Amino acid sequence: MSSRDKILSAINKSKPAFIKFTNVDFSSVDNEDELLDSFISVLDSIHAKVKKVFSFNEVDSDIKELKANNCFVLNAMEEIENDREDLELKNKEQIETLDYAFIKGEIGVAENGAIWITDKNCKNRLLPFICKQLCLVIKRKCIVANMHEAYQVIKMEEIGFGVFISGPSKTADIEQSLVIGAHGALGLTVYIID
Amino acid sequence: MPIEKEHSILAKEFNLNESRVDWHDETLWFVRTKRDNAAKKIKDWELLRSTASSIKEHVLSNLDAYLLRFEENAKKNNVQVHWAADANEHNQIVFKIIEEAGIKSIVKSKSMLTEECHLNHYLADKGIEVVDTDLGERIVQFRKEVPSHIVLPAIHLKKSDVSDTFHEHLQTEKNNSDPQYLTTAARNHLREKFLKSEVAITGVNFAIAETGSIVVCTNEGNADMGVHSSNVHIACMGIEKVIPNETHLGVFLRLLARSATGQSITTYTSHFRKARAGAKMHVVIVDNGRSRQLASVDFRNSLKCIRCGACFNTCPVYRRSGGHSYHNAIAGPIGSVLAPNMDKNGFKDLPFASTLCGSCTNVCPVKIDLHQQLWKWRQLLMKGGKGTIVKNMMMKSMAFILSYPGLYRFAGKSARICLGYFPFFLKIKKINPWYKHREMPNAPKQSFTTWYKENRK
Repeated sequence: MSSRDKILSAINKSKPAFIKFTNVDFSSVDNEDELLDSFISVLDSIHAKVKKVFSFNEVDSDIKELKANNCFVLNAMEEIENDREDLELKNKEQIETLDYAFIKGEIGVAENGAIWITDKNCKNRLLPFICKQLCLVIKRKCIVANMHEAYQVIKMEEIGFGVFISGPSKTADIEQSLVIGAHGALGLTVYIID
Repeated sequence: MPIEKEHSILAKEFNLNESRVDWHDETLWFVRTKRDNAAKKIKDWELLRSTASSIKEHVLSNLDAYLLRFEENAKKNNVQVHWAADANEHNQIVFKIIEEAGIKSIVKSKSMLTEECHLNHYLADKGIEVVDTDLGERIVQFRKEVPSHIVLPAIHLKKSDVSDTFHEHLQTEKNNSDPQYLTTAARNHLREKFLKSEVAITGVNFAIAETGSIVVCTNEGNADMGVHSSNVHIACMGIEKVIPNETHLGVFLRLLARSATGQSITTYTSHFRKARAGAKMHVVIVDNGRSRQLASVDFRNSLKCIRCGACFNTCPVYRRSGGHSYHNAIAGPIGSVLAPNMDKNGFKDLPFASTLCGSCTNVCPVKIDLHQQLWKWRQLLMKGGKGTIVKNMMMKSMAFILSYPGLYRFAGKSARICLGYFPFFLKIKKINPWYKHREMPNAPKQSFTTWYKENRK
């Protein structure tokens, strides 16, 4: 008998009688303004910078300015002039020195400041992790209250990889002192488009 | 396996450095306080806990079906699924994948399962270099130690220790113990490893049956750096990690980081469903004693654990004895419940490393009745003849005395006399270990029975 069958039959013999589970409703009653306030205040507390803008064009001018200052910038957002072509094929050595990555976020979670991005948004899966500064752009109306509401919107069957990112990478493994900037991005800027 | 050094002896060694113990105790209590503050901000906290517990109970009662569904959907995503009955088979499977990839060095993010299986050791013997990429795990790996906490692997060390270790292995400045400086040194060192890596191993926080995807939570981003810079991803999971779908995931993600460190969520919550074009993804599903634990009515509840470490941080014994005193990959109250199932003789001391105060049960996000299970293990171990001779004799004489009221009154009187006239006798720590770190109470003049008889009118 294979280990697979051995394990499955052992479980079958060991498991208790069937226990039913009924889903619990955890959706919130907060209005849009409350969600935005709480989203921004959480981002603040987890060392993320917040920039409120009115359009993608404002983000575009920031990107142009960075490029003019000789920063290595890659933009994965379809809404404006971008670097999506070939982005998938870029290998790790080619983007190791990346200063800024701009990626569109699909969902923002007010309760914990997490922003959902998928492989469709970033094209190259390394992009949000390997850059020094990560810039996530999210529409105000895409902010939901909590994880339950986020998963109601997410369609996992349409993507290969998705990640919630909440703030810049961090660690407290040395004497519990918080250090911002572990292996992922050293800093996070969140653009909220009104 | 016989115990080399049992918990009480290892704890005594840890206690030799008093200021270090105080620091350890206070730091973990601080983490516990952060957990409390995070929990208080969520109005549905208790409802979340009971929901999470019900989901896990439901899954355990239908575990084989959920694992099959997970396998079926993972295969649809071109993920290769492997099954390992025990630690050895798990290690063999992982080695075979690495061997087929034809490489000699791999990167690994945190996985308590691979610690449980002693994978690093196994691969090292086969000539494979394993680089742990979680900062805390890299520190203990350099020092040839094991993690002392499942969430905070290097919590037993001070920054001066890390400074010395990094000076030796990464040539950082001697005596520079600034955490920012040391973390940057580790980041640069591990960046090189990521750039060279071709195979990445990760653990699994949750496996989703309905979509065949796995979820990994980190703060550092090391799991993602490893997986996305490699061509092969091996994810190792215990059979109990599967949950039905993303609706349930939302419940656990709200509880996990808050219970662990007081954060509202980890920095990265990564959902791996399909490998990117040209890359491969493997999932190794491991039993290693879990189905045996599932068969036990008393202990199956422990399989609900989501490895947040809240029970460690709150435990008065863990905080003052350190993780290494548990001589097991998973320390603390949950480790003391899980370990004897793996090896009753080798871990018979652990269920006794507790005050049974119940604090672990009260903080557990999935409501595992930890202190009850520790107490049940004690009963089983004593009945199975696993108690020490002294403990057995004490229990037997206690039972004997308590079953004869006359004898009980006589014993009480003798104790009062002893405590009153010869207190030094009870203060010899060798005879009376209770006196260690404690004062003996003053002996009352009379017994309660005598007092009651005099005062009942």
